[in-house]
Amino acid sequence: MKNILNITGLTIEGFNDNQWSTIVDKVDLTLERGEILGLIGESGAGKSTIGLASMGYSRKGCRISSGSIRFDGTELCQASDGVKQKIRGTRIAYVAQSAAASFNPSHRLIRQCTETPVRHGQMSSAQAEKEAIENYRRLLLPDPEGIGFRYPHQVSGGQLQRAMVAMAMACKPDIIVFDEPTTALDVTTQIEVLNAIKQITRHFGTAALYITHDLAVVSQLADRIMVLRNGQKVEENQTRELLDTPEKAYTRRLLSVRSQRPDKKPVKLKQKVILEVNQVSAAYKKKELVLDTIDLTIRRGQTVALVGESGSGKSTLARAITGLLPPLSGEVVFQGETLGASYRSRNRESLRRMQMIYQMPETALNPKQTIETAIGRPLSFYFGISGKERRKQVLEFLDRIELPASYINRYPGELSGGEKQRICVARALAAKPDLVICDEVTSALDNLVGEEILKLLQNLQNDLGVSYLFITHDLATVKAIADEVVVMLKGKIVEKGPIDKILNTPGHDYTKRLLNSVPKMDPDWLDDLLGKRKTTRSKRAA
Amino acid sequence: MPTGLPNGGGLPDMKDMTATILKRIGHSVITLFVISILIFAGVEALPGDLAESILGQSALPETVEAFRKELKLDLPPHVRYISWLGDFVQGEMGRSLSNHRPITELIGWRLSNTLFLAAAAAVVAVPLAIILGILAALYRNTFFDRIVSMVSLSAISFPEFFIAYILIALISVKLPLFPSISTLDDQMSLADKLYTIVLPCLTLTMVVLAHMMRQTRAAIINVLATPYIEMARLKGVSRLRVVVLHAFPNALSPVINVVALNMAYLVAGVVIVEVVFVYPGLGQLLVDSVSKRDLPVVQASGLIFASVYIGLNLLADLLSIASNPRLRNPR
Repeated sequence: MKNILNITGLTIEGFNDNQWSTIVDKVDLTLERGEILGLIGESGAGKSTIGLASMGYSRKGCRISSGSIRFDGTELCQASDGVKQKIRGTRIAYVAQSAAASFNPSHRLIRQCTETPVRHGQMSSAQAEKEAIENYRRLLLPDPEGIGFRYPHQVSGGQLQRAMVAMAMACKPDIIVFDEPTTALDVTTQIEVLNAIKQITRHFGTAALYITHDLAVVSQLADRIMVLRNGQKVEENQTRELLDTPEKAYTRRLLSVRSQRPDKKPVKLKQKVILEVNQVSAAYKKKELVLDTIDLTIRRGQTVALVGESGSGKSTLARAITGLLPPLSGEVVFQGETLGASYRSRNRESLRRMQMIYQMPETALNPKQTIETAIGRPLSFYFGISGKERRKQVLEFLDRIELPASYINRYPGELSGGEKQRICVARALAAKPDLVICDEVTSALDNLVGEEILKLLQNLQNDLGVSYLFITHDLATVKAIADEVVVMLKGKIVEKGPIDKILNTPGHDYTKRLLNSVPKMDPDWLDDLLGKRKTTRSKRAA
Repeated sequence: MPTGLPNGGGLPDMKDMTATILKRIGHSVITLFVISILIFAGVEALPGDLAESILGQSALPETVEAFRKELKLDLPPHVRYISWLGDFVQGEMGRSLSNHRPITELIGWRLSNTLFLAAAAAVVAVPLAIILGILAALYRNTFFDRIVSMVSLSAISFPEFFIAYILIALISVKLPLFPSISTLDDQMSLADKLYTIVLPCLTLTMVVLAHMMRQTRAAIINVLATPYIEMARLKGVSRLRVVVLHAFPNALSPVINVVALNMAYLVAGVVIVEVVFVYPGLGQLLVDSVSKRDLPVVQASGLIFASVYIGLNLLADLLSIASNPRLRNPR
């Protein structure tokens, strides 16, 4: 038998609102030894559930209701806990999305990496440590001898993710299930983790299920790709064939995500400057500057994208501009008027003209308030509108954000993620602001849903002439919406300019690295890029 | 960021941590100081003149005056407070009014008895509670879990004197296994002493068990929902090992806090149990002194109870910090 994993007719149900509903619907899946299969789909597609099921595991509130999962001749659906426990970690291993959350904060890394081989009686503890260090070296972790003796919080996100791959590799399993292993990482870090996964699975001939929502990422690794939607298989094909000749419309939509730009009214040159940030520095703790003398201008009707890795100070700049974090020095000038450092010292009118939209619509909306209250609140707070008039205006806003009028009496819990984000957009616009700061507004959403939000924001800008400061780590989003780009690194602006100039002729090394780290829908992209980087490095050395 | 180690971030470094600890100790000292003022003021606010009420109404005014001088009652309150606190800090608590023995001597023996009983109860109750809590978390929502919860909750729902009398009725009167009166003296060997205090020790154990057990269970179950526990399960780690080695170390902080609170209760809250079993502890001395209006003893015992309470809570906070790897090993 060639296949290491054979799943047939897998149906998984989840318990929701007092009834069982289908999460995964009669999915068939096979995996050969040494093969990498990409599972791709948006949230709710059931890809993680399938990944976990292949280890005979289902999360709380889920049950495998029918179908068969055969791993190397063993039927996992009927297997006892003891049998499954023996297989897990040794023959099928798991790599989770967030290494920071999936490493036990109380134990050193090496102890967690050696636990499986030692507990399953495969190696002595000294031997397992040696192997772990060997794997750290293979995964190009810095200081392979020492890094294992750190605690998880002492290691950066990208390194932790590689340490987790090392942990999965500890017993040289037949299969590794990768569950969105790079989604939480910055693009420049993502490359290194992708490369590490690629090298080590090749080295040991490990088969893998690679779960992700990002088609470009999975095409770098997978031999074969399966597209899932709402728990059902949409299509399945060899990677190149799937990318070149997708059969289903849904796959084509996934492929074309953010390749085009929504229509934009051209911004007239020399529009009035509405926001000026002059020499602003800010810090959370004394002596550790998170923002270092930032200068920034935004004109009316313009979208300025602020890009950078996590920890570069993007969101802190938004907090400094809005006065949530009073800057240590420098000033924020809004339409010619210098604003108070703290939002407390600003008047209602200047608060109104600047609004924010946040990354997580779930936490930004009060779950106990109806949509009418959420959108109506700025109307009454800033303009004193109430009663019928307020309801009428809320309905107009619902129409603007392309949601049905019947939503007015609903609660946020009854809406999808994308719909909630639309409500947040409407709430920000209800204050009739001149500037809206959008902090990673699409990163918590699926690509297709995020694209709809970007389109909506662009239409609203065309109609209302509002300016956006668009904070994002995603360069595809920048391409889709920005007029100007500001690149931040470690609290400083390293480069800024019109979008065409930044994208086509970047000046700063970091910008170049950021740009060519974005995965392309081309299976050879990663190899080509790493090959190129190697040659430039050796050229420099020579 | 990919190479080298991250720095900064929101975590405190070593200096901040020392500052936090010092601040916490400082808070304890201030709290204790405030309590000492409250105790002194409380006693001061009692109606009637102390000298008069002790000597009786028939005493001659000269005798009362002389007695007031001896007690230094003629001095203004703040002067007396300062000298009282100063003496207390140096271990000098004055003399008892009722029998004129030095309070240090009177309290010293009683305090050691109270601490002995508390320690014996803690040695039984704390490990038992934690083990039961871990088992209840391991076998949660099973018959075992429900029985443990039910029994320990029933025990905590009864007043402690009720438990004490039930125990006396059952295993002292019906089944004459242990003495119902736990009077200690210095001639007893350790084994004899332990035998004598079995019943009060059992009573206290039953009173404090449920809190600690349920907190341990809840804290562990809380941790069991985290991704790193799912990861441990997917690594093929056994259930017992998941709970004991992966979940419990991360549930330590709430457990330490509830243990400390209960320990403090064992020292400062045992008055009723001491009275029921005629145990010569500090609680009983306090009750006696109140009824005899022996105010210097009341003040001293009050301040000792307060110090134990605050000291144990301080210890709990310091241990919580020490149990957190993020704080113990700054980046």
